[in-house]
Amino acid sequence: MSAPGATDASAATAGARGSLALRGVRKSYHGTEILRGIDLDVAPGEVVCLIGPSGGGKSTLLRCINQLESLDGGVVAVDGELVGYTAHAGHLTEASDRETSRVRRNLGMVFQQFNLFGHLTAVQNVATGPVKVLGRRKAEAERRARELLASVGLAEHAGKYPSQLSGGQQQRVAIARALAMEPAILLFDEPTSALDPELVGEVLAVMKSLAAGGTTMVVVTHEMGFAREVADTVVFMEGGVVVEQGPPAQLFGAPRSPRTAAFLRRSGGEAHSGEAQDADSDAEAAIS
Amino acid sequence: MTSSQLLTDPPGTAAGGGDPLARLAALPLRSRSRILSRWVPAVVVGALAAAIGWAFVSAPAMNWPVVAEYLFSPRILAGVGTTLLFTVLTFALGLLLGIVLEVMRQSGNPVLRVIVDGYIWLFRGTPLLVQLVFWFNLALIFPVIGVRIPALGLTIGGSTNELVTPFLAALIGLVLHTAAYMAEVVRGGFLAVPPGQTDAAKAIGMTSLEAQRLIVIPQAVRVILPPLGNQFIDILKATAIVSVIGGGDLMTIAQQIYGQNYQVIAMLVVASLWYLALVTLATIGQHFLERGLDRSRRRVLKAEAGR
Repeated sequence: MSAPGATDASAATAGARGSLALRGVRKSYHGTEILRGIDLDVAPGEVVCLIGPSGGGKSTLLRCINQLESLDGGVVAVDGELVGYTAHAGHLTEASDRETSRVRRNLGMVFQQFNLFGHLTAVQNVATGPVKVLGRRKAEAERRARELLASVGLAEHAGKYPSQLSGGQQQRVAIARALAMEPAILLFDEPTSALDPELVGEVLAVMKSLAAGGTTMVVVTHEMGFAREVADTVVFMEGGVVVEQGPPAQLFGAPRSPRTAAFLRRSGGEAHSGEAQDADSDAEAAIS
Repeated sequence: MTSSQLLTDPPGTAAGGGDPLARLAALPLRSRSRILSRWVPAVVVGALAAAIGWAFVSAPAMNWPVVAEYLFSPRILAGVGTTLLFTVLTFALGLLLGIVLEVMRQSGNPVLRVIVDGYIWLFRGTPLLVQLVFWFNLALIFPVIGVRIPALGLTIGGSTNELVTPFLAALIGLVLHTAAYMAEVVRGGFLAVPPGQTDAAKAIGMTSLEAQRLIVIPQAVRVILPPLGNQFIDILKATAIVSVIGGGDLMTIAQQIYGQNYQVIAMLVVASLWYLALVTLATIGQHFLERGLDRSRRRVLKAEAGR
């Protein structure tokens, strides 16, 4: 089976796998505009952290990137290949379900609520994509799944069901499940927000090692310490637009927009409602 | 001596040393007498139940020798077979139609959804008895049913009275009625699977159909199996109602026999014994099915609760 995403279009635009481009992405819910025209470029191997207040559109943007939400306007391209749409002369049409799912293989996603398949063991969770979607042989896929579980520190837990694992362990299985598809880009949607504070570190450690390994990553996070340390680019979103983006040293050290500065003051200091635990661990990370 | 006195005893007076609570902890525990709370009601209610039971069992109308004579008679056994056939066919076809209805409702097509809602409104809103009699009398609306293909000069079909036998009318009525309830059961199963499961399945490159087939349905099935077991037992008992149109089931046969020999009560006892036996068997089967599923279902439910 050929490498997913290795089409003519991607070969023409990018040498290395894992570039992502968004142009004018719009999304509305019940008449409210959540995304008001987002442009974003992510180079292969780049780690981008999306930060900003809740309701600012970060998670929606992530779900639009892999078409879990349809776009109301704009385009998303992975290695030069449109996601969810097909270009014709003069117009776009919605791609078929099969076509969209094929492009999605290049986009691994890790969810805030883990979303492990409850009826499958950890190793089955990881192997099911390669077996059912890529058509790999089961024995080979499970062997590879065990390797991936070992790489996230869960070798002994391969046979357990999600309900028998802690939140941090579940999230690490979810990361292994995404990696098993060998995606060009990994999307993380607040991967540590649903975790107890003492479990946040183990997940962030796995993500750090992935970033160091050169995986293209787009991470929606409230973990300012992680963004500061790991991101190549930090993007601040508020009210459905990209307010500011830049290297972490510049964005955290000398934000150009007063809105960015105000958000950083808020999230660095007092906890806003419902995110006390994030703010706490942010503070800890900032201290260390 | 009350406990407050014990607690205020001067220190160092007994085995517990200086701690009065430790002395209390060392005392043997005796249970309270349960003669009044447990044995009296048990004897009174038990005696009452036995008296009522014996009054029925010993009544001359029971005619136990007749019960014994007919319990395993070929006609009754044939009726039991028909009842089982009704039950299995109604369960299977009703479930199938229920799934189709639910898929139609979830298709996102507003016309299909309205049709399904209307169907469920109609078939849950009218008594099964009325529906059965209705199908039995279908010939009054359509004396002839069939398909005519004018181009070929061909007509397939015939007299409604010949085509829709009492058995078929009973089956149609049971299936259409059951499907309305099955659709609700199936719906509950799908609602129990969080939408994040579909998101995660799509995120690893599954199509919508693959996500349903490989991820959602296996988990929904675990949720709907226990209510399906209850449906099976309900259907088993509900089939007795087809006797009003002579469906040929156990109850129909029992009625036919007591129409001839006037042993009304004895034949009702025969039918009741069979229904009890079948329902007991089904309950035992359900128990084992659920016990087999219980471990995995608990896992699924716990996983959800943990989220």
